[in-house]
Amino acid sequence: MKKITLPLTDDVIKDLHAGDSVLISGTVITGRDAAHKRLYELIQNGEPLPVSIEGEVIYYVGPAPAKPGHAVGPAGPTSSYRMDKYTPALLDRGLKGMIGKGARNDEVVQSMIKNGAVYFAAIGGAAALISRSIRKSELLAYEDLGTEAIYRFTVEDFPAIVAIDTYGNSVLVTG
Amino acid sequence: MEIRKINAAVVTETVKKLFMDMNYNIGSDILDALKKAQENESSPVGKNVLEQLIENHKIASSEEVPICQDTGMAVLFVEYGDHVAIDNGSFEDAVQEGVRQAYIDGYLRKSIVSDPVFDRINTRDNTPAVIYTSIVPGNKIHILAGCKGFGSENMSSVKMLTPSAGVEGVKKFIMDTVKYAGPNPCPPIVVGVGIGGTFEKAAMLSKKATLRPIDTHNPDPRYAALENELLDDINKMGFGPAGLGGSTTALGVNIETFPTHIAGMPVAVNICCHAARHKEAEI
Repeated sequence: MKKITLPLTDDVIKDLHAGDSVLISGTVITGRDAAHKRLYELIQNGEPLPVSIEGEVIYYVGPAPAKPGHAVGPAGPTSSYRMDKYTPALLDRGLKGMIGKGARNDEVVQSMIKNGAVYFAAIGGAAALISRSIRKSELLAYEDLGTEAIYRFTVEDFPAIVAIDTYGNSVLVTG
Repeated sequence: MEIRKINAAVVTETVKKLFMDMNYNIGSDILDALKKAQENESSPVGKNVLEQLIENHKIASSEEVPICQDTGMAVLFVEYGDHVAIDNGSFEDAVQEGVRQAYIDGYLRKSIVSDPVFDRINTRDNTPAVIYTSIVPGNKIHILAGCKGFGSENMSSVKMLTPSAGVEGVKKFIMDTVKYAGPNPCPPIVVGVGIGGTFEKAAMLSKKATLRPIDTHNPDPRYAALENELLDDINKMGFGPAGLGGSTTALGVNIETFPTHIAGMPVAVNICCHAARHKEAEI
């Protein structure tokens, strides 16, 4: 089990290999379908983004509401492939890592190799368990999107697996 | 038989309890299957994933938080007795209110958008629910409810096979659909299959099949055997828990059927994640 502290450096990324189990600590930003669409359109139009994505790790998640006394509600990963259309543009803007579940398309993998990025898989459906490693949640942008807004999560020993490394190797079994 | 009056508030309360309960407490059919799979899983990574899923169920149940953040779109199959009259409101409104209260008071995620293509604005209370009602003899209301996550819903498919395709064609379509889904729908999955009827009837049957406990079989021994055969074949595909490899790709295959047209053999495959949440109640 490797312990990783964010932000990710190029040296750390180069040392991560498909299949490695990791515990991630530090801060990540969240974003899924609707937020990706907005960020992508801003990039296409050459407009500034509401949050900096350079050097960041993005977690594909739409959390459930937090009960009183909880930092965040259950917050497991959502399917990553739906973000594939938008991902290369974000990687070109300096995004270094992604946390989600399931497969990625070839364009994403090639862009990860080109930009030196890594894709982690968290366990889909283990949301109550995963949320125990999320200590803090702050709204960053797109409040109107509700659960799809962009948050900053502070995580401690967040459990994940290197699903696709920066060399393009994958541990996911695909059809 | 006398007409029985049921207060709309009773319907609302019943629906609310169903959705809160199913989101916190997985059924014993799924939990038993996960435990059995954990014992038998060939891959160490897969074994570990299954252990975490079992642990996740313990946490969700004891803390009364949702098992999965995707608390789904609410789907209800209602058998409505023809001697029931609703007092103080309408049945439809009472059901939608129950869903609304469950998702707001139960800290469940609101995942429904008002318009599928253009607006996509969150309705903020997870309504509307999808309600299928059939009128049956009697003075009771039976509700079979599920909350369907879309990671797996998106991997589902319907195909209008024709009679010459035979059982081999049915098997191939089911296997192709599971193969295409691969690691995406949160394996180990539950595969709901609807065969027969019309285009939409097959799809509805496949949804209903995902809501049937996986420790039960189709009453027709030929379909029961097909359920077993498909489960074995799917578990040889190697996707494994979370798609990270292993011998547990599915926990169950449920088939539901209906008579169909001389020219047709519709088949629908509704894929459900391992958090196959369903509960029923009778009023």
